[in-house]
Amino acid sequence: MELKLTAKDFSSNLPVKWCPGCGDFAILNMMQKVFAGMGLPHEKYAVISGIGCSSRFPYYVNTYGFHSIHGRAAAVASGVKLANPDLAVWVITGDGDGLSIGGNHMMHAIRRNIGLKIVLFNNRIYALTKGQASPTTQPGTKTKSTPAGSIDYPFNPARFAVGLDCTFVARGLDNDIAGTTAILERAARHNGTTFVEIFQKCVPFSDKEFDPLKDPATREDVLLRVEHGKPLVFGTKKDKGIVFRGFRPEVVSFEPGQTPPEVAVYDETNAEMAYLISGFSQPLLPVPVGVFRSTDKPSFEQLYYDQVRNVGDTKGHELETLLAGPDAWEIK
Amino acid sequence: MDGRNKTVDVRELSSVTVRFAGDSGDGIQLVGSQFANATAVAGNDLSTLPDYPAEIRAPAGSLAGVSGFQISFGDDSVMTPGNKPNVLVVLNPAALAVNLANLDKGSVIIANSDAFAQAALDKAGYKTNPLEDGSLDNYRVIAVPATALTENALRDSGLQKPQVLKCKNFYMLGIMFWMYGLPLGPTKERINAKFGKIPGLAEANVRALEAGYDYAETTELFDARFQTRKSAVAPGKYRNLTGNEAAAYALITAAKLLKKKLFYGSYPITPASEILHTLSKHRANDVVVFQAEDEIAAMCATVGAAFAGELAATGTSGPGLSLKIEAIGLGVITELPMVIVNVQRGGPSTGLPTKTEQSDLLQAVFGRHGESPLAVLAASSPADCFTTTLEAARLAVKYMTPVIVLSNSYLSNGSEPFRIPKLSELPKFDLPPLPAPEVFKPYQRDPVTLARPWAWPGLKGYEHRIGGLEKAEGTGAISYDPENHQKMTDIRAAKIAGIAREIPPTRLNGPEAGELLVLGWGSTYGAITEAMGEARKAGLTVSSAHIRNLWPLPPDLGAILKRFRRVLVPEENTGQLRLLLRSEYLAEPIGLNKVQGQPLNSDEILAKIREVLGK
Repeated sequence: MELKLTAKDFSSNLPVKWCPGCGDFAILNMMQKVFAGMGLPHEKYAVISGIGCSSRFPYYVNTYGFHSIHGRAAAVASGVKLANPDLAVWVITGDGDGLSIGGNHMMHAIRRNIGLKIVLFNNRIYALTKGQASPTTQPGTKTKSTPAGSIDYPFNPARFAVGLDCTFVARGLDNDIAGTTAILERAARHNGTTFVEIFQKCVPFSDKEFDPLKDPATREDVLLRVEHGKPLVFGTKKDKGIVFRGFRPEVVSFEPGQTPPEVAVYDETNAEMAYLISGFSQPLLPVPVGVFRSTDKPSFEQLYYDQVRNVGDTKGHELETLLAGPDAWEIK
Repeated sequence: MDGRNKTVDVRELSSVTVRFAGDSGDGIQLVGSQFANATAVAGNDLSTLPDYPAEIRAPAGSLAGVSGFQISFGDDSVMTPGNKPNVLVVLNPAALAVNLANLDKGSVIIANSDAFAQAALDKAGYKTNPLEDGSLDNYRVIAVPATALTENALRDSGLQKPQVLKCKNFYMLGIMFWMYGLPLGPTKERINAKFGKIPGLAEANVRALEAGYDYAETTELFDARFQTRKSAVAPGKYRNLTGNEAAAYALITAAKLLKKKLFYGSYPITPASEILHTLSKHRANDVVVFQAEDEIAAMCATVGAAFAGELAATGTSGPGLSLKIEAIGLGVITELPMVIVNVQRGGPSTGLPTKTEQSDLLQAVFGRHGESPLAVLAASSPADCFTTTLEAARLAVKYMTPVIVLSNSYLSNGSEPFRIPKLSELPKFDLPPLPAPEVFKPYQRDPVTLARPWAWPGLKGYEHRIGGLEKAEGTGAISYDPENHQKMTDIRAAKIAGIAREIPPTRLNGPEAGELLVLGWGSTYGAITEAMGEARKAGLTVSSAHIRNLWPLPPDLGAILKRFRRVLVPEENTGQLRLLLRSEYLAEPIGLNKVQGQPLNSDEILAKIREVLGK
């Protein structure tokens, strides 16, 4: 019998302690809805986080949850997943937690293609520690730790994941409920590591960060909604598209509805295209959202347990036989 | 073996110490371990210690590249790999140069004289050939042209010359087998098993072994062969195990007793990696081995696997333990069971990575931020790494806590016979009771052990959230309440202190009270026990005790310390147990402290006993 659950079933009923207006609320609602739609019972979910505002997340979902230590969510979750591959293991992290202190674990989890559903809330700031520059803070941004403007070159999280050959990479916006929910649903069904970056509003420290991408009046002219098999078209009137001249992307304009054949059709299975598209940024190019990469590759846990089944030289040994090994001798 | 050499007398010894030494590439560890197995099969008790350089391949023939393997074997008196070898087998001049200082006059040196050519002598710093210049007149030198003899024995083997030359270690081994009357059969089987895949190689090594044996039997070079007294060990099935192997098998055993998977998350580090290797061989037996990207990830994955409900363990050495510490703190506050095997080596920092020390005791007991108590046990011999690690796992799940096992380089690489336990002899493992889902609270404790229940993802109705933030007692909800933090801090300390009730009475070797107690922990057990035997032979009255439980300490220890006028604590550190004894019992023990990367030996301990007693 199919399990019928609602988003409400996945609420832990604890008071949610993010600041009013925080983008995390919307992400929480989307995730609860996605969990409910998977047909998996509560006890099969393990939601693991690190430290930061986003990492409060596990307390608010009615599943097994682990609020671990700074930067280590992917490592803790790798232990959970490998110990029990039947679980749906979600990793909730942020730009500081996942890419600065936890960058090494993030990189290696992706390299292994272990079945973790990683959701990185990118607000481009350390918010819980009250406003220092993070590895995604844009150049020139004034923060408490960069009063004259940040001089660090930032990470582009989605491109980082694509560069590591992550088998599922996507980017969403916290306020784009339909688009981002669809991304999370696909991530939930993917086999292997999924990396979903969500641009997330932080009211106290990076309030205006993503405004141009969210203002209904302007957003369609700066946002590129990437879809597999569809031409790369954007603009309020659907009158702009992306053309690749060799490896160089360019914006072309045309009459609405008259998409020229030179406009590229997106292919999410193509790693090179994913690399180019994930690097798009303003002002020259629109900012892409959607699924950038999705490809099939056996997951780490599949490879691990398949290999163990096939190298079973000591399989099924009784403890005493196992302990004796091949070289034991008897003393009478 | 027809006894052609009738004039040779056979002398019986209670125990003997042999050291094989040569270049890193000479296969010293291989012949040493084959010799150890042969002595064990012949019914000897034994103790071994490999001693190899930190560099995998230092320049060939150099002093830095000398690899050694020492074994002591004989009757029950064998507790350590011996202080000084009675027989030194050297495969090149550098091996002689490095080891000669540790040899008593009159000891036997068996050397491959073919290796003492001028170039090799230069590398070892010899101006003239010590085998010929009279400088070894005070030793019994047996020079064997082993390279030429091996080539001769294998002249029609069909192997290339480099392969033939590699067999000379087995030729030397054959000589040693004859000298100690060891049977060739089991070793031939092992050679066949090890080299059988490469055509001709197993056969060549067996022939070299036999040729060496025959050479020793026929030649007039040796005037005596020796037989060691057999050990009167308990009947049963035995195998030879290193400390690392013993720890690995204990973890597998614990998981089997719990009917759980074993999860071992680890990062390669000397001298703990053999635990990882041993467990990797047994993955088909519900052993999940995860080689993580770093020490931190290894520990975090171990915490994750404990959360997931499996028996979780990790292994490391000093610098790795330092990296793991934050995540161990997470294990402490989330009260999840896990075993951390720390194979101590010389520190600080990279220190002496292949050498032994006991200098992580305080790091293990106190080395975390915040009030973060956990249990610490120490193994006393290679085989005891099994018992101690098994006990650590039992305590971890019963008390829902991380437990650190302290081994060290000496125990991890050393080996001794291990009696394979029967299932019925193994301890019982209890999990804290898990209440029904309706009344389950993540931090509701067992009234006796104070352990919280263990409910893992997948169990229906027990969904809950844990983490590094302070918990409200009972519910496990996040709590910043001042009184609650005090209470939880006190409970965590009381839970660990309560483990003291599991500790058996401390066994005293010698009188119950008196002038001097020698108190040891960990790897000094063998040397202390040997020293005690010597002291008693010399008519000295002294007692000794050896503790496995370092935190909490045995409940009877304070009273025992008070019964002796003086307490001597030999340690391979600058006095870490002494510091604990002072802080816990206001005791004023005397230290015997050695930090040279080498184990304390019985002579050093006996000398200190004499010094303290003024005798």
